[in-house]
Amino acid sequence: MTRSLREAALADRAGLITRHPRVFAADHRGRALTLVILAGLVGLMLFGGLRFDFSLARLGSGLAQLATFVGLMLPPTPGSLARFVVYLHALAETLAIAFLGTLTAALVALPVGFLAAKNVVPGRLFHFGIRRGLDVFRGVDVLIWALVWINVVGLGPFAGILAMATADFGAFGKLFSEAIEAADRKPVEGVASAGGSPLHGVRFGLLPQVLPVMASQILYYLESNTRSATIIGVVGAGGIGLHLYEQIRTFEWQQVAFLVLMILVTVAVIDFVSARLRFLMIGRAEPPA
Amino acid sequence: MAPALTRLPDAELARLAAAYRAAVAARRRQTLLFLAVLAVLVLAAARVGEVDPARFAANLPRFTHYIRDLVPPLTWANLGADLAEWFWGWKSWGRQLLDTLLIAYMGTLAGAAGAFCLAFLASANLVRSRAVLFATRRFLEFCRTVPEIVFALVFVVAFGLGPMPGVLAVAVHTLGALGKLFAEVVENIDMKPVEGVSATGATWVGTVRFAVVPQVLPNFASCALLRFEINVRSAAVMGFVGAGGIGQDLLEAVRKFYYTDVSAILVMIILTVSAIDLATEVLRHRLIGWSGER
Repeated sequence: MTRSLREAALADRAGLITRHPRVFAADHRGRALTLVILAGLVGLMLFGGLRFDFSLARLGSGLAQLATFVGLMLPPTPGSLARFVVYLHALAETLAIAFLGTLTAALVALPVGFLAAKNVVPGRLFHFGIRRGLDVFRGVDVLIWALVWINVVGLGPFAGILAMATADFGAFGKLFSEAIEAADRKPVEGVASAGGSPLHGVRFGLLPQVLPVMASQILYYLESNTRSATIIGVVGAGGIGLHLYEQIRTFEWQQVAFLVLMILVTVAVIDFVSARLRFLMIGRAEPPA
Repeated sequence: MAPALTRLPDAELARLAAAYRAAVAARRRQTLLFLAVLAVLVLAAARVGEVDPARFAANLPRFTHYIRDLVPPLTWANLGADLAEWFWGWKSWGRQLLDTLLIAYMGTLAGAAGAFCLAFLASANLVRSRAVLFATRRFLEFCRTVPEIVFALVFVVAFGLGPMPGVLAVAVHTLGALGKLFAEVVENIDMKPVEGVSATGATWVGTVRFAVVPQVLPNFASCALLRFEINVRSAAVMGFVGAGGIGQDLLEAVRKFYYTDVSAILVMIILTVSAIDLATEVLRHRLIGWSGER
């Protein structure tokens, strides 16, 4: 080939433009809209930067500080064997918080999920009320729930478990009710036509359909809760977060790096195990949509 | 009943019934084993987690008291004044809430911009170099796995107290989370436009600009909006570690046992979060509808 397509097209540029005017016409309206949206986005960003005292000097000195911190983090070390044991225990606490919190939330949310499903309990007002109620639990961050529960059961991982359970109860209630609403009605009708009671219909028609979906969602939340449980200690609700908070406050950067590494490894292990379990259960590894 | 119903020979029936019973028994054994493992795990976790039902039961009245104390004294006769008394600090709380929204907005936009640049480098269908893929993906994973609060704690030390470290912490975490989502969107695109554009001799950047970006932009925007929703929630607790927003006021009210202040701030947070949820949902539906039309 002596002439590439590109060269041929470039040679006939004027001809192409006259033959296909619509393709080459500038889209002025679209461009103006894009510009306005971009200007709005950037403008708000600039306003925020001014309001929050962003400055290049501050950014520069902060970044320089960060670089020194990273330098001080090497090599990561727990300090002493005794501290390492303490950290391991805190990590176990973190896992316990995530596990028990998720499980409790799922158990409590299961009946509520049935109640909130349109096809199990009809009634628009009831449905609306229960959904908004779940939203209240969901809308408050787990750290805030931890603060509330600390006032009730005192400092420690127990408060963390309760906080995790409260925050996830809302999320599970919503997800479960959606899973139940998406279930196929035919198996339930089949059970009813074979002479089963409504309870039989739920047990043999509905539950086998929704249980794998729910289990997969629970595992997905277990993963995300492992991440949240690592920081719940910042407010005193147990787990490795408390140690992380203390070490950052006292500038023990080597120990900070070690703790972060411990968290990263734990999260990776939990993700791996949970992905395998999910795959075994429903034959796919992605989180449910 | 239908007389045509045939009955299997007894031997055949017995064999099938036995097989059925064996299959059910195997499933039961599996379920029992699973429940046993679960029970052991629960007991172990309960021990480590200092679960104490007795303390829980003994302190449950405190929980109800706490909830009761959170409820402000509202009377029908004097509702307006009571509400004004409950939300006495609404001006400063409102300002803090707007700051929280601004932190979430700036963090989301900055993080999304960074993720936009990195996502193409983390997509296996656009980048052939395994080293680049590996490095970008691990970097995104790090940003996503370290919790925002930890970044905020470190940034507060480096940049000083205030909303700025909060914005940066949200931005870094968003970069990691959105980078992964964006890369997944990019990996699912139709490759024909990419082939078409690269066949004209376009550079890599040109290919991405004209073949990839038009396909993924609506999806990117939808993901970023969803992330904004999440970031509003996390920006609300940034104040716990001194990184700006409403969290500071909330923490102070909780620590000092100003019960009605706690509930007033919580109500304001919940209302704001719900409003943002509704608004982004409408926007996202319009975005996806808009992309469907084209």
